[in-house]
Amino acid sequence: MTSEVRFVADDETETDRLGRALAAAVEPGLVVALVGNLGAGKTRLVRGIAAALDVDPRTVSSPTFVLIHEYDGRIPLYHFDAYRLRNEAEFLELGADELMSGDGVCLIEWADRVASSLPADCLRIEIVACGETAREFHITASGIAASRCLERLIAKLGRGMDE
Amino acid sequence: MHPSCSDDPPLLLALETSCDETAAAVIDRNLAIRSSVIASQFELHERFGGVVPEIASRAHVRRIIPVIDQALKQADVELKDLSAVAVATHPGLVGSLLVGLTAAKTLCAVLDVPLVAINHIEAHLYACRMAAARDVFPAIGLVVSGGHSNLYDCRAASEHVLIGATIDDAAGEAFDKVAKILELPYPGGPSIQTAAAGGNRNAFRFPRTFLKDDRLEFSFSGLKTAVLYEVSGQPGARHSPPPMTDRRRADIAASFQEAAVDVLVAKCRQALHRYNRRTLLVGGGVAANARLRERLSEMAEQERVDLQIAPLSLCTDNAAMAGIAWELLATGRTAPLDCDVRPGLIRRK
Repeated sequence: MTSEVRFVADDETETDRLGRALAAAVEPGLVVALVGNLGAGKTRLVRGIAAALDVDPRTVSSPTFVLIHEYDGRIPLYHFDAYRLRNEAEFLELGADELMSGDGVCLIEWADRVASSLPADCLRIEIVACGETAREFHITASGIAASRCLERLIAKLGRGMDE
Repeated sequence: MHPSCSDDPPLLLALETSCDETAAAVIDRNLAIRSSVIASQFELHERFGGVVPEIASRAHVRRIIPVIDQALKQADVELKDLSAVAVATHPGLVGSLLVGLTAAKTLCAVLDVPLVAINHIEAHLYACRMAAARDVFPAIGLVVSGGHSNLYDCRAASEHVLIGATIDDAAGEAFDKVAKILELPYPGGPSIQTAAAGGNRNAFRFPRTFLKDDRLEFSFSGLKTAVLYEVSGQPGARHSPPPMTDRRRADIAASFQEAAVDVLVAKCRQALHRYNRRTLLVGGGVAANARLRERLSEMAEQERVDLQIAPLSLCTDNAAMAGIAWELLATGRTAPLDCDVRPGLIRRK
């Protein structure tokens, strides 16, 4: 079961709107894989989601060096970064398995580097920069929970989404 | 075997395993560093093109005993000469911190000496106190590294209040990622500095986020992205950027470094004013950057502030900066043998 939608954000306000909609759509236990080049806005999107879940957005920063942050939101958020990881074993040694099957939402930057360690049921968001602040989001759901989340997201966003 | 003389200052062994480095040091109560050993994983980093090898705790497990042995040997002491064992228990990766803590607890149990749990970030600032060889508190403290860009109001040696941090990338992370964009070798800090040496720091006007704002926060993500667009072209733009040459690379590196340094210096100045402090402590890997040190010195002179930057050997992660343990011991702040690590993953307000 895979479905895909595309969301175009002309500026950061629109990116934040997507973040808010995602925050309303996710459910405990969901894994969100974030994919995109340096500067694509992965951390920026996480901040939008976290802020909408009552996390102080100033506390959301890149986990590249420390590898994982945890935010105490309305739903617990685990913010991973696989940029520095050499292999998938290192990802699992961080306790990723346990956190991905826990009751929080896992947001994983550079998720393509640990693709085979991700659960089958997973929401994938690929971010493509198409202008200075314009971004295109390709959102794919594989699995039941992710598809449920995607449906809620579409209902929430409506405008600006191409199915 | 050497006779221990009664007026020799007591010794402690310090362990550091919070992130990539496994380190041990012997420090006496006068804060003299008798030995400092770091099992640097640098060669491995480089071999894997900037991606950290085995950040996992396995590497620490393998290195901790040889590193302790080496530290004792270099200090020419034996385990029985130790009066305490200090270990960084916060913040860091849980698996890595546990290796150091388990080793420290074991030694304490066997030797029947107190255990001191130290905060890795506070130790970075204490490196400035050790180098100054006199009291430097109260002060404003800046810790700039790959994982942190934090400003503190340091009220006392072990009483630090976080007053500002990065809202996205840490300064050291920006150096590393910009180095990658410029195809410069890892680690990014030294290679940006080297490339920048021959460049024009005014060639490009990169963003200095929050520079003029009355807030003690950093943001380096926009700067990184601006460099990316300068190098690879803005997405969707009709014109592609000029081809990369050594000259252009040097100019971009120098302009990037200047922008990052501008912001770091400006926020230190703001913090000194806001908290009315006359001393500035700067530690962490990025504090090794020569341009940052130069600009901080200029600012300190203008502001008539006492600037204490950690010496180069104490900027990157090490165990010798754990001299702060003596301050904790002096006030009876030892840790029970059943204490746990505090990885600090939870970033509460």
